[in-house]
Amino acid sequence: MKINSNRYIFIFSTAMVVIVAVLLSLAAIGLGPLQTKNVRIEKMQNILGSIGVVSKPSEAESLFTKYITEQVVLNNKGVPVISDVTAFDIDLKKEMDKAKTGQADKQLFPLFVCNKENKLYYIIPVRGKGLWGPIWGYIALEEDHNTIYGVSFGHKGETPGLGAEIEKEAFQKQFIGKEILDESGNFVSVKVKKGGATPGNPHEVDAVSGATVTSGGVSEMLQRTLASYIPYFQNIEKKEN
Amino acid sequence: MSTETINAPVKEKKERQSLFSIKNRKLVTDPLNDNNPITVQVLGICSALAVTVKVKPSIVMALSVMAVCAFSNLVISLMRNVIPNRIRIIVQLTVVASLVILVDQVLKAYVYDVSKQLSVFVGLIITNCIIMGRLEAFAMGSKPWPAFLDGIGNGLGYGAILVIVSIIRELFGSGAILGYRIIPESFYKHGYANNGLAILPPMALIIVGIIIWVQRSRNRKLIESN
Repeated sequence: MKINSNRYIFIFSTAMVVIVAVLLSLAAIGLGPLQTKNVRIEKMQNILGSIGVVSKPSEAESLFTKYITEQVVLNNKGVPVISDVTAFDIDLKKEMDKAKTGQADKQLFPLFVCNKENKLYYIIPVRGKGLWGPIWGYIALEEDHNTIYGVSFGHKGETPGLGAEIEKEAFQKQFIGKEILDESGNFVSVKVKKGGATPGNPHEVDAVSGATVTSGGVSEMLQRTLASYIPYFQNIEKKEN
Repeated sequence: MSTETINAPVKEKKERQSLFSIKNRKLVTDPLNDNNPITVQVLGICSALAVTVKVKPSIVMALSVMAVCAFSNLVISLMRNVIPNRIRIIVQLTVVASLVILVDQVLKAYVYDVSKQLSVFVGLIITNCIIMGRLEAFAMGSKPWPAFLDGIGNGLGYGAILVIVSIIRELFGSGAILGYRIIPESFYKHGYANNGLAILPPMALIIVGIIIWVQRSRNRKLIESN
């Protein structure tokens, strides 16, 4: 067969594509477990980051089990349910999709209860939309279910220097000490305020200048997600009283 | 077909050479200076600007490019007599792309934090002109071993510039090298500040320019005569 005949070219390219496909799938299957482990470790580091625990990848797993004492899964009415997945393994993206497709009653909300230096903190995972892709984060509340103890945010591909600043400490530090409930105990969330937060207002933080959409996304994800946890916290308080 | 004569593979010399003959060694050393892909051929500049803020990602990027360049050269050289000339660029691209995906998967599995820093630039190795250039210019007409060495050499030449640029940028931009603090804390107390420009891409361009300047003033062969 001539090397430049059409038949040869077809056979050659088909064989090449099949060989390449087999090699790449083998690599993906072989390395898959290690990659998922890395993603899990990163998630643990982010969760720990919200309560101010900085961890190396090698120690994240042991620190996670040390600090996180309980993983709770709530339904959309804020009642703890027994679910076949742990709070850690809940995929927030899938849960958000449920709300979109009219399955809001099946939505699950993960919550991490953690104990750091004998104080109780509640860590709430949040997820929303930035300008270019998803943004997410972990909000740690103090024992009063109101004051923010710390946050950690992440993003897929926000603009460096603008939206990507939500990942920086300077932005996240602002949330510490802010409150999600007003004086009479109603839920108001924390807003990322364009043009700067009013001094002394416990429900506002400064937006990142030039990153209107990302800042709005952060406000929206806090407002929407935190609201789902309020009934659960109110129930706990009722029981305590 | 009338193109048959052009398509015939390049005639190779029959004589056997030892694995590290002077000619083979030159394949590795040439791209380090006289024929450096970045400073002489001015290829692969884009990634050189993007990943050189810190030394560690630069080293990983250099190793990745070297691996892809060497192995794609090797594979293409092994296949050079059976590749139909009409689809040779697509074949080269397929080989390069598969190797890049492999490298990306390995980085994600073993050095996850670095792979996050490099993000899209690993995928963009596919479009790195150095690799395609070496495949077209060298691997298509050479035996596997010299082709492999040529890939290593060009990877080293690219990596050397990357590492030099990143050392300068990390030292002045972050006051550290490989994450270890070099500029002592007392300097900062006396008003020394990290250079903000050093962590931005334009600084890489300036440093590459200075490297080209220094290299040409020491190596007269490289100066164009006109």
